[in-house]
Amino acid sequence: MPPEQEKGTPAVAVAGLRRDYGDRPAIDGLGFELEAGASLVVLGPNGAGKTTLLRILATLLRPSAGEVRVLGCELPKEAWKLRGRIGYLGHEPLLYRDLSGRENLRFHARLHGLAGDEAAARIDSVLAATGMERRAESRVAELSAGMRQRLAIARCVLHEPELLLLDEPDSNLDAEGRELVRGLIGPGTGRTRVVVTHDPDRFLPEADRVLRLGIGERAAVA
Amino acid sequence: MTPSRTAFAAILGKDLRTELRTLQSLPAMALFAVTTFVIFRFGLDRTSLAGSLASGVLWATLLFAAVLGINRLFIAEREEGGFDAIRLAPIDRSTLFAAKAAALVVYLAALELVTVPIFALFFLDTAAGLLPLLAVLLLADLGLAATGTLISSMAVNSRARDLLVPLVLLPLVVPMMIAATGATEPLLAAGGPGYDRFGSWLLVLGLYDLVFGLLGYAVFDFLLED
Repeated sequence: MPPEQEKGTPAVAVAGLRRDYGDRPAIDGLGFELEAGASLVVLGPNGAGKTTLLRILATLLRPSAGEVRVLGCELPKEAWKLRGRIGYLGHEPLLYRDLSGRENLRFHARLHGLAGDEAAARIDSVLAATGMERRAESRVAELSAGMRQRLAIARCVLHEPELLLLDEPDSNLDAEGRELVRGLIGPGTGRTRVVVTHDPDRFLPEADRVLRLGIGERAAVA
Repeated sequence: MTPSRTAFAAILGKDLRTELRTLQSLPAMALFAVTTFVIFRFGLDRTSLAGSLASGVLWATLLFAAVLGINRLFIAEREEGGFDAIRLAPIDRSTLFAAKAAALVVYLAALELVTVPIFALFFLDTAAGLLPLLAVLLLADLGLAATGTLISSMAVNSRARDLLVPLVLLPLVVPMMIAATGATEPLLAAGGPGYDRFGSWLLVLGLYDLVFGLLGYAVFDFLLED
């Protein structure tokens, strides 16, 4: 279970956020707050800055301007305090192709300070929850895109993060896979979630807040 | 924060396991070195080398073979998202530098384990200088690993990394090569190993290792920033 989050304190607070790539701003003047335990769904066309926003919240990109606080940590200054408390699922599965699924999860567990029986139990648990036990010893290079996505989700929640940052979490998943992973990354987990998607029909029903990003226009928060 | 020792062991173990499984770097490095020895043997038309010539042939070959491994050191991190995985983990990022440098030392040691005896078979009349040569190899490997890891991490995101690594690395390792060949030359002398200025050259190598080890440790965190 995720650690208890303080009620009433925004888990994510963003004000006046700007991120430039060269002379071009990918995000400009963005602001929103997200309560602990709530789900934010981020919508917008390609190039609107959705992935950029997620990578800034994950501490993988530095903001060019503005204020960002995640789980009480000011970014980028206190990024080191935040790492380990977030689960990030990006476009890349962050898995090594020549290691098996279990070896990859063991590697990530060790990076997050998990070892021994505790790590083994958690690895077994997330493999079971994603339906990947039978292919756990296969090299990632031998797995289908959908199976890699299941493993990536297992990696994302392995260390029991408080905040989930999910970029198109359903991509490559079949109906069974989508249903399986809901138990790990769905709204019922009690974790704060930021979900980037191109599939509003699927994710809007479970959203507490919606952020619509546009190209060259101000973001709309509902 | 995850203890650096745990993260170091995890990254080093991952790299060594992957290399053992895929053999992407070591066989190429060894094959390159052996082929170069053959070329030197016929190019120089000599069956026996000693002194500065033997030292030069050995170190030039090892250095260029090492470049092959250095070029590939961070490929998995770039292509399979390993950089992001490391950056998302609660670890000191310099641990990645230390683990990668350690992996490179292991590759270089394995390369030398195979190629130095072949070099001795091809060119040396006596193997008496090989034992003290181990100290030179070890110190040079540490320096090459520190410099190579630093340069490889800087070049990996560039399309021209195959060009960048040798272009930037080779000038930086000139002092180390001067010291390594200087220390090796008396060991491979025609009349048997000598130790003229051997200790001084080892000190220079040690100093080089220290400078580039500290430099890599200090700046690596910044190199991983976006």
